[in-house]
Amino acid sequence: MSASITTNHNDSGYNFAYLDEQTKRMIRRSLLKALSIPGYQVPFGGREMPLAYGWGTGGIQVTAAVIGPDDRLKVIDQGADDTTNAVSIRRFFETVADVAVTESTEDATIVQTRHRIPETPLKEDQILVYQVPQPEPLKKIDPRETETRKMHAYGEYGAMQVTLYEDIARFGRIAKAYDYPAIVNGRHLMSPSPIPKFDNPKMENNPAIQLFGAGREKRIYAIPPYTSVRSLDFDDHPFEVQSWKGCCALCGSTESYLDEVITDDKGSRMFVCSDTDFCNTRQAEKTATAVADDQASGEEA
Amino acid sequence: MTIQSSTSLRAVTSYDASLKPGFIDPVFDAQAVFRASLLATAYPGRVVSLDRSFTAPRPFSPATAALCLTLMDFETPTWLDHQTSCAEAAQWLGFHCGLAVAEGPMAARFAIVTDPLTMPRLFEFHPGNVEYPDRSTTLIIQVPSLTEGPPTAWTGPGIKTSATVGIGDLPFWFWSDWDLNGELYPRGIDVLFTNGNALMGLPRTITVEA
Repeated sequence: MSASITTNHNDSGYNFAYLDEQTKRMIRRSLLKALSIPGYQVPFGGREMPLAYGWGTGGIQVTAAVIGPDDRLKVIDQGADDTTNAVSIRRFFETVADVAVTESTEDATIVQTRHRIPETPLKEDQILVYQVPQPEPLKKIDPRETETRKMHAYGEYGAMQVTLYEDIARFGRIAKAYDYPAIVNGRHLMSPSPIPKFDNPKMENNPAIQLFGAGREKRIYAIPPYTSVRSLDFDDHPFEVQSWKGCCALCGSTESYLDEVITDDKGSRMFVCSDTDFCNTRQAEKTATAVADDQASGEEA
Repeated sequence: MTIQSSTSLRAVTSYDASLKPGFIDPVFDAQAVFRASLLATAYPGRVVSLDRSFTAPRPFSPATAALCLTLMDFETPTWLDHQTSCAEAAQWLGFHCGLAVAEGPMAARFAIVTDPLTMPRLFEFHPGNVEYPDRSTTLIIQVPSLTEGPPTAWTGPGIKTSATVGIGDLPFWFWSDWDLNGELYPRGIDVLFTNGNALMGLPRTITVEA
């Protein structure tokens, strides 16, 4: 037996990246078709993973099919690298694929995400893998897949516009704040997974490859780089993202997505960046410049 | 997998001494080739080189053979053009991929073309159906050059502004057939061009001006 064949096997007894080669081939074929039809949900034979549905089984399968020994993986959950879901998925791939992991968006080659797109702009050749609980944007309009599939086939998305209009009639604005539906490449209506609508504009013309995996629903879809992603709206009610009055309490950013954090029982609260890597990097930069300023002023005196 | 590998090695020697081997390292080689094909599909019009080489059976180039090993198996009925089905490649595909051979281009999930000038017209391949456009044929076309043919301008998803590509030795009707393929969208075939150790993607979303 040649040495190169035995390198595939580590002590855990699992194939590299957990999935067997046959499954990876099947997922890989689906991924290529998904990139060829932006926004169309390709059915795939989703496998049972050692993790409950709803915890990112779809994203994990996509990552497992794509990842190689030279990759650096970043996993985020609600923008944070240190939450339960992110930590356990990162450990999973450290165990079964022995890949390098990172918390830096810039250094990562693959970013698996739940509910956020990193604030740091992505680059070409980076891959963003979304965990998707419900891939079908029309599910709440018609729960039957036979019907929604026809709506996608013929581009019949009027019903979706009507649900948005009902919001306007009732609240005076479109109330949907996350999982905001978007038309990809001018053709397919897509659920962007439960990212805040704040992140929708980042999907458009992104240089990175965006892959979406839904494990329970067994669907894969994708947005190729430099593709139009138009969030649904009306001429007199254009799409707009959330904004905040203040800035991040830790790093002072006014451009990032802020989470509200309750700090005591008396109702005190603060707003901080949901993207921990972005926030930590900015804080480190601030401290570094503050130290440099101190030294400079010290020298003058 | 270790056991499987050792039996397959024995089978090679006893079955046919001339049968060329597949990937040296099935797991990591397949992953690297898939990543290249993912990049090629995501960024159409770019020449993506494979960083590993191996001896391919005639008439395959290394890139064609590597794509077959990476994407095809018993689940993917594949149509082979005349030049491929008569050569050692057919036996090689049967052994290494367990490949199911499709009866005609219309029944194929994949089609391998090594002699583009004699290939069937593009509408003879399966375009998928309107509810399942992903069930269309993916063509792997081996061409003599990816850059030195007549220049064409490509635009569409994955291309920032536009790309100038010169695929060599395609039949004269190819780009007019490609326009018709684009009109079927979201149905339509997808193409991966291969040459030597490099590949280039042409998904159905791309508009080409010849």
